[in-house]
Amino acid sequence: MNNNDHAIDPVTLAILKGRFEQIADEMDATLFRSAFNPIIAEAHDASHGIYDAYTGETLVQGNSGLPIFVGVMAFGVKTIIDKLNQIGEKPQDGDVWIFNDPYKGGTHLSDFRLVKPVFFNKKLFCYIASVGHWHDIGGNIPGNYNPVATECFQEGILIPPVKLFEKGILKEEIIDILSSNSRLPVSLYGDLHGQINAVDLGEDRIKSLLNEYSFETGLAALSSLKKRAEIMMRKQISQLSKGKYSSEDFLDNDGILDEPLKIALDLTVKKDEMILDFTRSSKACMGPVNISLSTTIAACYVALKHIFEDVPANAGVLKPIRFKINKDSLLSVSAPKPVGGYTETILRLIDVIFLTFSKISPSKSMACAYGTINALSISGFNNIGKRWVMFSFFGGGHGGHHNGDGLNHGNAPISTATIPPLEILEAAYPIKFKKWALRTDSGGGGEFRGGLGATYEIELLEDKANVSLFGERGKFPPLGIIGGGNAKTNKFCVQTTSEYLEPPMVSKVVGIEITKGESVLLKTPGGGGYGNPLNRKIEEVVKDLEEDYISFETAEETYGVIFDSDGNIDLDGTKENRTKRKSFQ
Amino acid sequence: MSILNFQVGVDVGGTFTDIFVFDEKSKCIMTAKVPSTKKDQSEGFIKGISTIVDDFSKIKNLVHGSTVGTNALLERRGARTGIITTQGFSDILEMRRRDRPKTWGLKGSYEPIVKKKFRMEVSEEVLSNGKIEKHVSEEQIQKCINSLLSLKIDAVCIFFVNSYANNANEHKAAEIVRKNWPNDFVSVSTEILPEIREFERLSTSVLNAYLQPVVSSYLDNLKLKLENHGFKKDIFVVQSNGGTMSLDIAKQYPIRTTLSGPAAGVIAGRAIALSAGIKNIITCDMGGTSFDVSLITQGRLTFTAQTSIDFGMTVRTPMIEVTTIGAGGGSIASIDTSGLLKIGPESAGSEPGPVCYGMGNNSPTVTDANLVLGRINPERPIGGKLKRLDIEKSRKSIKQNIANKLNLSIEDAAEAILKVANAKMAGAIRLVSIEKGHDPGNFFLMPFGGSGALHTGSLIKEVGLKSAIIPRFPGVTSALGCLVADVLYDRVQTVNKFLNGVDANDLAKKMQNSANILEKQVLDSNASIKSVERYFELDMLYAGQTHTVSVPLAFKNTNLKEQKIKESFNEAYLSNFGRLLENIPIKIINYRIIVLGKKLPFNMKLFSPLEGKSKEECILGARQVYCDGKFWEAKLYDRLELKVNEKVEGPAILEQSDTTIFVDPGLFAKVDTTGNLIIKEKES
Repeated sequence: MNNNDHAIDPVTLAILKGRFEQIADEMDATLFRSAFNPIIAEAHDASHGIYDAYTGETLVQGNSGLPIFVGVMAFGVKTIIDKLNQIGEKPQDGDVWIFNDPYKGGTHLSDFRLVKPVFFNKKLFCYIASVGHWHDIGGNIPGNYNPVATECFQEGILIPPVKLFEKGILKEEIIDILSSNSRLPVSLYGDLHGQINAVDLGEDRIKSLLNEYSFETGLAALSSLKKRAEIMMRKQISQLSKGKYSSEDFLDNDGILDEPLKIALDLTVKKDEMILDFTRSSKACMGPVNISLSTTIAACYVALKHIFEDVPANAGVLKPIRFKINKDSLLSVSAPKPVGGYTETILRLIDVIFLTFSKISPSKSMACAYGTINALSISGFNNIGKRWVMFSFFGGGHGGHHNGDGLNHGNAPISTATIPPLEILEAAYPIKFKKWALRTDSGGGGEFRGGLGATYEIELLEDKANVSLFGERGKFPPLGIIGGGNAKTNKFCVQTTSEYLEPPMVSKVVGIEITKGESVLLKTPGGGGYGNPLNRKIEEVVKDLEEDYISFETAEETYGVIFDSDGNIDLDGTKENRTKRKSFQ
Repeated sequence: MSILNFQVGVDVGGTFTDIFVFDEKSKCIMTAKVPSTKKDQSEGFIKGISTIVDDFSKIKNLVHGSTVGTNALLERRGARTGIITTQGFSDILEMRRRDRPKTWGLKGSYEPIVKKKFRMEVSEEVLSNGKIEKHVSEEQIQKCINSLLSLKIDAVCIFFVNSYANNANEHKAAEIVRKNWPNDFVSVSTEILPEIREFERLSTSVLNAYLQPVVSSYLDNLKLKLENHGFKKDIFVVQSNGGTMSLDIAKQYPIRTTLSGPAAGVIAGRAIALSAGIKNIITCDMGGTSFDVSLITQGRLTFTAQTSIDFGMTVRTPMIEVTTIGAGGGSIASIDTSGLLKIGPESAGSEPGPVCYGMGNNSPTVTDANLVLGRINPERPIGGKLKRLDIEKSRKSIKQNIANKLNLSIEDAAEAILKVANAKMAGAIRLVSIEKGHDPGNFFLMPFGGSGALHTGSLIKEVGLKSAIIPRFPGVTSALGCLVADVLYDRVQTVNKFLNGVDANDLAKKMQNSANILEKQVLDSNASIKSVERYFELDMLYAGQTHTVSVPLAFKNTNLKEQKIKESFNEAYLSNFGRLLENIPIKIINYRIIVLGKKLPFNMKLFSPLEGKSKEECILGARQVYCDGKFWEAKLYDRLELKVNEKVEGPAILEQSDTTIFVDPGLFAKVDTTGNLIIKEKES
């Protein structure tokens, strides 16, 4: 993009910033309202933005879209730009590209991207794009979270970048190909149309804005916004203490081989730049917890945005950051390595960045959140032979931080998704929730306690069904920081009429059959704690007991509280006990 | 017995209590603005009326716009509340819909208004198809009651999972509780919102319970005090849906008052516009901290089903859609670390208020910018709390915080503050108009509130609106709305059935039966009802979607056919999304009923200035105003004295006690036949 920074005054810039953000927000809202599958409509697993006409960099992003898509979409647009260069074509007015190739555009096969060039007076102004998580796109497992995939072909259909619209004409045969490959073609059809509505609307809005302000002013504004994000980011980095800081954390396994996978970060703060070196991380694995390079960079972006929350959401944020990532490591794979479980890996990556920042600047960081999305699918055929697929993600606790406890039952750092109401799930599928409650003691202890995870118990009401779960944190708990304790790990079991079955890979389960009256039980992790639990105020511990956030055992063991024979807290005894215990630490 | 000749509307806001009185005998309109009395709002209420009406026994009807409920929620001053719920689900309130307060940064927190030890579980089970798997036991309920009472719980909420599908268990539990509970503060989820989605239903019901004691004692106290002053008739309260309800219903369903004041403002805006022959308006209420926007198309209000008072405090009751952004007179202007000018979200509110108030805030606000640019008279602050505004302090603050950093003159910096603030407000207007598919060129802007009328010209230009209409008394619009509002009761019920093969007659019968019950409430309410109207709506979707479209239905008696419902759905879906989806089954999720008790319409012609003066006679002086990068001499006019059809060219400033109106250069203001000002571009 040309450097037009001088061409725009700060007041017009402030106005246009709001206008562009509003356009992206409106695209989000259009898709949420018209989407068919609850993952988009309720959980907002979608995103829209405005991207550079020549580099594909993110210029403006909607506020309500999924955070992880914020960084990753730039790679999607870049993929189209590269493809055009490769085939020697120019973008045409009225074209819309569609694809889901995760090795080029990031994330996993379920996320379908629409990319549309926007022209104004026959000149290319920018690209706009829409991404949304579709309900089912083939593969071995309904809902596409296949924890035992060893190639992407077992995860779903892969569509390379192709034109869905050519100069405004819809190619119906593309929809035919897509529909034939889904267990839920109606849902796919509805979601695709929602995304088409969204990019059409975005194009309209950008054109009318340029009519008011001119092509050049619009361009200057976008360029300037990017530059300002970079300036802010550099300013923030330059205030950190220079040096090299390291942390590491582990994934339980890859679903195939029960061996932990390491994600390690060596972060160097240099003047106003940072180097994020992930070269000590594990090599690519057989199972589906690999991620592509674009996903890795996008996940770093999400973590940094949580730490520097005021920096605007565009490509400028990443300008002062350099990455070192080995090719063919867990964090940079190419086809056909499976990537379906990308959410788990990026959550761990974000944890590692939080852990590292707790060493650089404790007040900026927070302890690890629950760190797994727990994609649960229960599916079967109803009495008229029609397939049903219940698919949902579940919540957990957030980490403690320097001025407060973690949030109970929050959503994952990579998303802003809400959970579907249990009454909606029960009305749609032959299941019944027996329990939907906070999980006592699941948050890590700390001066500021980790938030609580939850317990969900689901009973099957019809003949039989297949259960699959893609989760993590079954072996390695969410970690505390600055002396805070770790959270409880993820637990999953199937309760048949006779016994409790705990799966060997802990929270990665495929195709367990359950029959009527049997149930599954999922206990999700809390968040890690912040600071020494022996420094937690007694009145906070009392409150934790009253609210059932912790048990009496935890009050004694973790928080050093002494109870008298009547069960009341012995304040002097507690004080003495805490001082003694601290002296041994 | 004296003649009942006064109609009184009272809107109690955070800062001011506004009174609007119509004297039927003299056909006179009188208004007053007094400071709100935070501790006991009824004091300001009565004092305000007393400034106009000396004999309360002459008041014929009294309608109240209240913020008692909203404030109690925001400040968490509700009652000690308990919950009786299904075993395994007592944490739903605390678990919310698994969200977080802010997208970026993971440092949010949430504390539910009901503590764990006040949330009791009983074993009962209802399936989503309405089948009762386990009946509720009287003994268990009795145990819960005893525990809650021993814990000194004042209000209780009863909520069972899937009760929307069959409320027999919940109803039975409610009967037992009501028989044994020492007061009336029992809220039952299916009585409040018999709609699918457990968290939304529970949250709305619990907040209702939480408010019941507070709102009841406030209203009882108000009633008593008014009686002592001689007023013996019924009091009505404005609901979030823009209709009024009787005091008794308000005590039972206080949750319906959460947007009482803003809704009254929109209702007044609609009535004023309609009587001026205008059907499409966007109302903008600009106060000290917020800017509230609502859309009226073809004379119809826009409704929404749900709002959040605060993080995790979800209220789901039908309400007038009011979009609020943090931009008011008190919004603070600053330069961010990348050098960009921004307005808000921080606000100086009304205390300490803008820099010019001299009460301790030193960061420049939108009001300071208006003052520096000559748009506000420093000698005549609104509301009578301050003697004068300190313009030098404002200039200094804008210089230090904005002008120096952006390398602009003080005036240019002040104008930049207004431009960015206007752009933000314009964004909110776009959100309710363009984003909903309406062409702003067909709409009039109707600004009201203390400072809305200062920004009229810029907003018209920025959004491309047709023109603006400024009511006769912009500062007390919500109080007028209290008088205009009709009695309105509504109800929702989840149906959850496929359209194909639905028994449309049976559905119609159920809707008419519910409407009969509501109609009885309307007629029992002792308001002077002229006629009763019923409206029916279905929430529908394509099977698989989760967001519904609302489908208005017109039918008589039980005369309803499946085909008719389908046609109505197609029409509604097309207007929302532009394309229908073939071959996908359609579902009916809920039905909604509104019963409206219409009062005699308020005659807006009464606002017409009968003996107005020519504009020359209304000139109060002149002032330098800065606009579009230069100084202009603007004449000052006494707005209320201007006669009908008188035309004033901008730049001009029109003053009245409750607000200031700025007419930009290039625009003119004309007094219409009902005393409103119409502001338009000059024809060149």
